[in-house]
Amino acid sequence: MLLSSLTELLPLLLKGLGVTLQITAAGLVVATCAAFTAGLGISSNHRAVRALARAYIDLFRGTSALVQLFWVYYALPIFGLHIEAMPAAIVVLGLNIGAYGAEVVRGALAAVPQEQAEAAAALNLTERQTLWHIRLPQALPAMMPPFGNLAIELLKSTALVSLITLADLTFQAQVLRASTLQTAEVFGLVLVLYFTVAWMLGQSVRWLERCLARSQGRA
Amino acid sequence: MPDQLTWDWGYCLEIAPELARAAWISLQAAVLGMLLALALGLAGELLRRTPGPLSWAARWVMEAVRTTPLLVQLFAWFYLLPSTGVQISALTTGVVALGVHYAPFVAEVYRAGIEGVPESQWDAARALNFKPAQIWCHVVLPQALPPVIPALGNYFIALFKETPLLAAITVMELLQTAKIIGAESFRYLEPLTLVGAFFLLCSLAASRAVRCMEARLARPS
Repeated sequence: MLLSSLTELLPLLLKGLGVTLQITAAGLVVATCAAFTAGLGISSNHRAVRALARAYIDLFRGTSALVQLFWVYYALPIFGLHIEAMPAAIVVLGLNIGAYGAEVVRGALAAVPQEQAEAAAALNLTERQTLWHIRLPQALPAMMPPFGNLAIELLKSTALVSLITLADLTFQAQVLRASTLQTAEVFGLVLVLYFTVAWMLGQSVRWLERCLARSQGRA
Repeated sequence: MPDQLTWDWGYCLEIAPELARAAWISLQAAVLGMLLALALGLAGELLRRTPGPLSWAARWVMEAVRTTPLLVQLFAWFYLLPSTGVQISALTTGVVALGVHYAPFVAEVYRAGIEGVPESQWDAARALNFKPAQIWCHVVLPQALPPVIPALGNYFIALFKETPLLAAITVMELLQTAKIIGAESFRYLEPLTLVGAFFLLCSLAASRAVRCMEARLARPS
């Protein structure tokens, strides 16, 4: 009974999982870029850059991810801007998680001891050199554990895309539930799949963290 | 036919009462969900600290709840509870799902608070021959909880921002109402933007309140 329902349900669920993984992977790229851009922006000396970064972070952290998704998908077309569901999902979810990531970047940069920047200044390093060779490399390891949590948050938030017509894992679960009525099996399987992916995400971030520590001779 | 491209303030005023009613439902769901999360989180954290298989089970359940999407959990509760004979409204189902989903996060916050209580407090309580229940209620928790109230506040804000998900299980909260208004009038811009603005204002105000609380706690009393 369990095996037969497994062979019946799994193919479609795995297809949905593919979409979920695509959005997660692309979203991670968007989120990482946004997090570093805004994180550095908010630590900048220019007031305008700081204000812009702060506005982005507050806007995306302050409103609900689902509202953002709906706004881009349903309200933007009114301005003549039609975005397909897939890129809209990737950009919105990426920017949403990126806003949280920006605070992580800011916090980690602020946690690098001030003496490091002073020593760099004493060695006549430019501001750019100080950032790239002194402050960022030391801040990166501290960013990894919160980044791991955010990656899992991103994976979880991809479930929202099923509400803007994308056929991800959650969407396929709904389809299967309606057609097979095996509600418990379907949702049980889906939860296990999400849990497994989240676990693997967490492990890979931990692996990355160890690599970073080793490359800096701290292992 | 109003111009599609312009922002219509009259229309905003027209739909405001309906949105306000929906906001009240969102707020209710958030507050009740948070109360449930506070209770379940404490239970989970205490279970995790008991020796034996219970602690192991609690740890795995919380890990699984924490790392799977709230939306899927919402659907699971919504479709599975009736099949077990439990008949509750969609709003109650939403509150249960929110509370359960946020319990592991809240438990982590409690853990930080509990670990912040110095070991000597435990020693002293044991030396005074307190029973475990007394130690928890009269010594550890009163010291562990106040410092973590700001962190709990942040999770309340996060939970509040997830209430639009209840739209997926037919609860007439803010987003669902905005969508219906939009579908009726073919104008999504105003209702969706108003909902977004409402969440933005609420969370900005709430995070300011949390920061004030943090500042007050940080001040030596």
